[in-house]
Formats: sequence, C-alpha cells, structure tokens
Amino acid sequence: MAEFALPANSKIGVGETYKAAAGTKNVKTFKVYRWTPDDGKKPSVDTYEVDMNSCGPMVLDALIKIKNEIDSSLTFRRSCREGVCGSCAMNIDGTNTLACTKFIDDVKGDIKIYPLPHMPVVRDLVPDLNVPYAQLASIEPWLKSKSQPPTRERLQSHEERAKLDGLWECILCFCCTTSCPSYWWAGERYLGPAVLLQAYRWMADSRDDAVGERLDALEDPFRLYRCHTP
Amino acid sequence: MSDLRTPLARARGLGSARDGLHHWWAQRLTAIALIPLVVWFAISLVMLSGADYDIARAWIGSPLVMVLLILTISIGLHHGQLGIQVVIEDYVHGDGWKLALIVAVRFIAVIFGLAAIVAILRIGLGG
Repeated sequence: MAEFALPANSKIGVGETYKAAAGTKNVKTFKVYRWTPDDGKKPSVDTYEVDMNSCGPMVLDALIKIKNEIDSSLTFRRSCREGVCGSCAMNIDGTNTLACTKFIDDVKGDIKIYPLPHMPVVRDLVPDLNVPYAQLASIEPWLKSKSQPPTRERLQSHEERAKLDGLWECILCFCCTTSCPSYWWAGERYLGPAVLLQAYRWMADSRDDAVGERLDALEDPFRLYRCHTP
Repeated sequence: MSDLRTPLARARGLGSARDGLHHWWAQRLTAIALIPLVVWFAISLVMLSGADYDIARAWIGSPLVMVLLILTISIGLHHGQLGIQVVIEDYVHGDGWKLALIVAVRFIAVIFGLAAIVAILRIGLGG
C-alpha cells in the first residue's frame, strides 16, 4: 500500500541544540534533519542558532557556516552555489528548492531543512537518487538518428530550436520529481516529472528520429500514466 | 528480500507494457459523453419529482428515454470503473490485492450495468 505514515525507524526525534554565543544580536534559528547510518539511532532535528551578521544571504551560506563553525558532521551536497548544478536540492520551509537560491530572509521564523521527500536517506540532507538517475538513463537521453551522419553540425531551424526552450534548462535537481505524490507512491515504476520532461526534450528535438521508439517505450500504465495532471 | 539488481535494471523492469493510451482516452471520452447525459438525467429527475408510478414508468418506457438511460448507466459505470482502477493502481501495491480488486470492480460494473439494462428493456418492451 501507499505509505501515509512514517515507518517506525523514520520517526523524527529532538536532537542537539547549538546556541549562539551570548550577546549575538542578529540570530536566525535553523532546524536541520540529522541521520547517520553509523550509530543505529533514529533521525532527529538539530537546532542551530546562526549569527546573521557574519553569514551570507542564502540558506546554503548558512549551512556552510554551520559546517565550518558549529558542527562539522553536518552532511549535505553542494557545488556551484548559483543554481545551475542542482546538488543542494533539499526541502526548506516545506518546499523543495535549491539551498543556494533560497534567501534566508524569505522564510519567516525558524528555517526547517529536510532532505528531498520520500527518498532513501544516505546521511543528513543527502538523499539516495540512484533510482531517478537510472530512470533518466532508461529513457536514453541522447540524440538518436539512423540518418547518415552529416560531415558538419546537424542543422536546425530557429523555429525547431525554439521548441527545446523550457526543456533544455532542467538541471535535474529532482525537486519536482520528489514533490510529486504519484512518484512517492510508485517511484520505482513511474518515471516522474523530471525524467518525463527529459523524454519529451528528445522527442521535441528535430535532429532526433527515434520519436516512435521513444513513445513506445513510454506507453505504460506506470511509466507515464501515473501522471494525473492532464 | 534484499534487492541487488542495479538501479538501471530496477528502472527498466519488465519494459514498457505498450498499453495505457487506450485507458486514458476511454476515461476522457466517457467523461465528455457524461456531461450532457448527466445534465439531462438530473433535469429529468427534477421534472419527475412528485410524479406517480405510472408516469415514471411511462417515462422510462419511451424509446428516446430508454436509449439515453442505457447510455447514461453504461457509460457512467464504465467511466467509474476506469477511474477506480486508477485509484487502485495508485494506492494498492501488492500484485495479488491489486489484481483482485480491479477484477472485482469490473465484475460489479458489468453486473450492475446488465441488471439496469434488463430492467429498462423490460419496462420499455413490456414483460
């Protein structure tokens, strides 16, 4: 059955509290999901009080400051810090988003940070994304053509290229996929919004001539038709 | 049971069923057909309110009403059965339970539909 309650070993307890130094004027409180496979304990939420006068404006700045100055065991993925790599996707203030593009000031009150929903957790804010990555590989996201390869670039008209706008920009952070209830309930079989968008990205490409095969591979009650939006 | 298959093996699974478009279309076509049918049925029920048995029976027995009633009931049950199948596929993950429930819903829809059609024909054609 679909899971509507957390499994017993996923129930979240209260963790450590790291107070700001006495006399700190501008404090913001971060409540961060913590779990490690090493100690056999259930997950907990640690509380960090961060001095905003010495912190950058983004949630990722605060996480890095916590890791550098308060608790080096805090584990999360990050790379580009400018919203193009998708590594720091996490659930902030109840919404899946990138920590590097989320302003701390946009959240009123304490900032709650959890890993992407309904994925296995590797540690702290690091979800196991192996299945969505494999689902992306399964739709064969590369140009397929049985035509004779040209001796130069494969040409495209401006209009044909414009059809890829809104598709090529996806950075595969899986914020959308892991916020989709259908993906929560049938994630091993339903491809989810991000991978379906990528599947369409290659069908919409005028240089690709495998549209028929791609459509055939998608036509499945679970791979595609768990999407209930249309 | 531990699952040592690679993530790609799990994602590719049994491959595409090459099925699902027909179900999607049938659900939407029946939904469109039901819009005028249900409006007609609701208006008819309101106009029949207070009518006695003989008037109601005569209404059901008129040829146009027979056709529309059979359409409303059969298309409505088909649409409902398709929708409940989607709900079952979404939320029931054990293969045995899933199959049993989908089969049960289809049987119920066919039985109810046939019973209604027989009743309408019996009233309309006299029996």
